[in-house]
Amino acid sequence: MRYPQLGALNASIAPASFNDPSREVGKEIYMSVALSAQDISRALTRISHEILEKNQGSTNLVLLGIPTRGAHLAARISTIIKGIEGVEVPTGTLDITLFRDDLKLRPPRAIMPTKIPTSGIEGKDVVLIDDVLYSGRTIRSALDALGEIGRPRTVQLAALVDRGHRELPIKADFVGKNLPTSKAQSVKVLLSEIDGRDEVSIEEEAK
Amino acid sequence: MRHLLSIADLNKSEAISILDTAFELARVSDGAVKKLPTLRGRTIVNLFAEDSTRTRISFEAAAKRLSADVINFSAKGSSLSKGESLKDTAMTLQAMGADAVVIRHSASGAAQRLADNQWMSGSVVNAGDGTHEHPSQALLDAFTIRKHLGMGGSDLSGLSVAIVGDVLHSRVARSNVLLLSLLGAKVTLVAPPTLIPIGIENWPASVSYDFDSVIPHVDVVMMLRVQQERMTDLFFPNAREYSRYFGLNAERMAAMNSGAIVMHPGPMNRGLEISAEVADSARSVITEQVTNGVSVRMAILYVLLAGGALEAGSN
Repeated sequence: MRYPQLGALNASIAPASFNDPSREVGKEIYMSVALSAQDISRALTRISHEILEKNQGSTNLVLLGIPTRGAHLAARISTIIKGIEGVEVPTGTLDITLFRDDLKLRPPRAIMPTKIPTSGIEGKDVVLIDDVLYSGRTIRSALDALGEIGRPRTVQLAALVDRGHRELPIKADFVGKNLPTSKAQSVKVLLSEIDGRDEVSIEEEAK
Repeated sequence: MRHLLSIADLNKSEAISILDTAFELARVSDGAVKKLPTLRGRTIVNLFAEDSTRTRISFEAAAKRLSADVINFSAKGSSLSKGESLKDTAMTLQAMGADAVVIRHSASGAAQRLADNQWMSGSVVNAGDGTHEHPSQALLDAFTIRKHLGMGGSDLSGLSVAIVGDVLHSRVARSNVLLLSLLGAKVTLVAPPTLIPIGIENWPASVSYDFDSVIPHVDVVMMLRVQQERMTDLFFPNAREYSRYFGLNAERMAAMNSGAIVMHPGPMNRGLEISAEVADSARSVITEQVTNGVSVRMAILYVLLAGGALEAGSN
């Protein structure tokens, strides 16, 4: 820039991934693998079957993944369902950033894409898909976001991991694995689409 | 980021992140959702000490789509017309709890003055200050160019833009030169020598006095309004001569590249810098600029206001 910096510019937008203090240099971290790649694959296959069973097929289904990792999980479940039923289930993504209740507590987050299938969600059985179910606040935001788009017949929730510690009356219909954790721990979900490999691990900072 | 005063304050990744945010927000506006709860409970004051149609309405629409409360405040009909100082006005706004002030003022540097002094704690958005800058216009222009001509990348590298007309009085030109060059585009300013500001050699742009020789080589022709209200001198002999040498008419438009687009920040002087035929042609993206303005201003308000307390400590 040949122009002088005239004003104070304090911060840029933080990336969408949550900033984990355990990633700071110089801290010791205990890590244990909770789900291997094979475990994840089996869990997703089971969830896919459960979704079909509960909804008696795939005719009225819409899958909506919550970015970033929920969106990839939704795409995988869609592929698995196609393998079982031979039908393409309308699949999309639902970004909930603009509906969060903790926006004031953090630096601004990047907004991720929302792609609603052309068939819409009106009168459909919508399955929300996320990687980790924790406080339940993301799902509350997702319900608000859905309400702005239309009125599904039912909304169901699938999560790869349920780690407990709910702060709102929200429950998953389909769970890959229940992981009892303490609040001091963090759950890391890695997916091959973005992280190069599939793995769920529990991490805890050494005391 | 607390204020948006000048494009010179932005770095490339910040500029791109505003454009990306605007892109996602535009998709929201296109869909069924016209209202987002994101800025519920925030108060945004539009302080317009100079006339404006597009910018004020656009900021108002953007704030309302994000559920913020909007207070409109123009010089006419307020105590500004009784001679109240900017400081007293700012302190009044502070007392009313404004989270952000969008300011349009005829004095260059008015927004900077509002932000630098401790008169108020909210964010300041420059919506045009004198002949200095108009950053939100430049961002919406960059957004429009990227949407039409972007080569898949996030910036504008490889594109060539001509900014034509009253560069001297144009805050739009200043902001656009900074932003478009920051994003990698090649910018050429075209104007009569009398309407080229002093110090142009320090701008990241080249200068030409011959519109016809520039036209075939650019992807974007951005026309500027001849700002008669700011002209205190005789800058060109008469309107007809200006129009002949620097106006965009059908004949010049025919010489443009096949995919090239015509832009104008508005309001247009039809028949002076742009002919009605060109303004209403298929190449013209002038009304689309207005549409995109709402999304880009939503993104600006989101970036400045959605984050909270932690932000002050970070970075």
